[in-house]
Amino acid sequence: MGAGLLLSEAESEGTAVDFMIKGIFSFKLGGITVWITTTHVCLLIVVLTLTIFALIANHKMKKASEVPSGLQNFIEMIVDLLDGIVKGGMGKNAKGFLNYIGTIFIFILFSNISGLLGLRPPTADYGVTLPLGLLTFTLIFVNKLRYQKVSGFIKGLCDPWPFWAPINIIGDVAVPISLSLRLFANVLSGTVMMALVYGLLKWVAVFWPAALHVYFDLFSGAIQTYVFCMLTMTYINDAMTTE
Amino acid sequence: MFNQEFILGCSAIGAGLAVIAGIGPGVGQGIAAGHAAAAVGRNPGAKGDITSTMLLGQAVAETTGLYGLLIAMLLLFVKPLV
Repeated sequence: MGAGLLLSEAESEGTAVDFMIKGIFSFKLGGITVWITTTHVCLLIVVLTLTIFALIANHKMKKASEVPSGLQNFIEMIVDLLDGIVKGGMGKNAKGFLNYIGTIFIFILFSNISGLLGLRPPTADYGVTLPLGLLTFTLIFVNKLRYQKVSGFIKGLCDPWPFWAPINIIGDVAVPISLSLRLFANVLSGTVMMALVYGLLKWVAVFWPAALHVYFDLFSGAIQTYVFCMLTMTYINDAMTTE
Repeated sequence: MFNQEFILGCSAIGAGLAVIAGIGPGVGQGIAAGHAAAAVGRNPGAKGDITSTMLLGQAVAETTGLYGLLIAMLLLFVKPLV
């Protein structure tokens, strides 16, 4: 271990402050040692919880009543909220992206606040947020080619002058990196802060860290989820507008 | 040339210097919040829109500070120089 970002090393285990990703077991795959870490376990718990909730919601909505009550009310509220966010961000292009943005919104939000349930948030691992950023990058690229065609794409690259193209390419490549690093570093900073409070203050840290949890897990997590989805929508919307 | 302890100590100093990057976003977020407050004072009806725009802008501005934090984390825990 110790080869990747924030993977804990054997020597640092057992210290008071502990916010590292820990390996659980490893196996050999074609000469490469593959580690199963706490991130995988937490990710699995998050995904399974969301899947079970989705199945229950689906079952409930199959026999929906005219006057909503209880769980049906809650599900309709979530869907309404997500639809409102996507329609507010993308306007007339919203129709095709309601599902995708809603899915990543629920996934990132639940991942961020899973620190409250005693898990290490999966989004505090760069291996989780980078794929999310790359998905956004792929969507931008595909939609640009689809709506502006190849000619518009090349025209966009050589925006003021043709020799400006390298700078435009760097600007395009920076999008997924900055998106994923923003989410990762925000959740990581919350995780580190909570680990410091619990690790260094020990018996002093009773009751009042709950207020810090509200800020670092709930508030910061919700804001970063909103920002990630909002920026994704803005970039895709930009790619879809033709002049 | 240098022993490991010296490099680790210098890395810790470097990590401390890297998180000075937090000054910039702090000033920027304060300016954004101040202007948002002024905007709400001028047009209280648009409070919801102003708040969401302010939070979005602040979260984007925060990124530069977080890059500093990341560099500090890399220096302290990944130890690229050792």
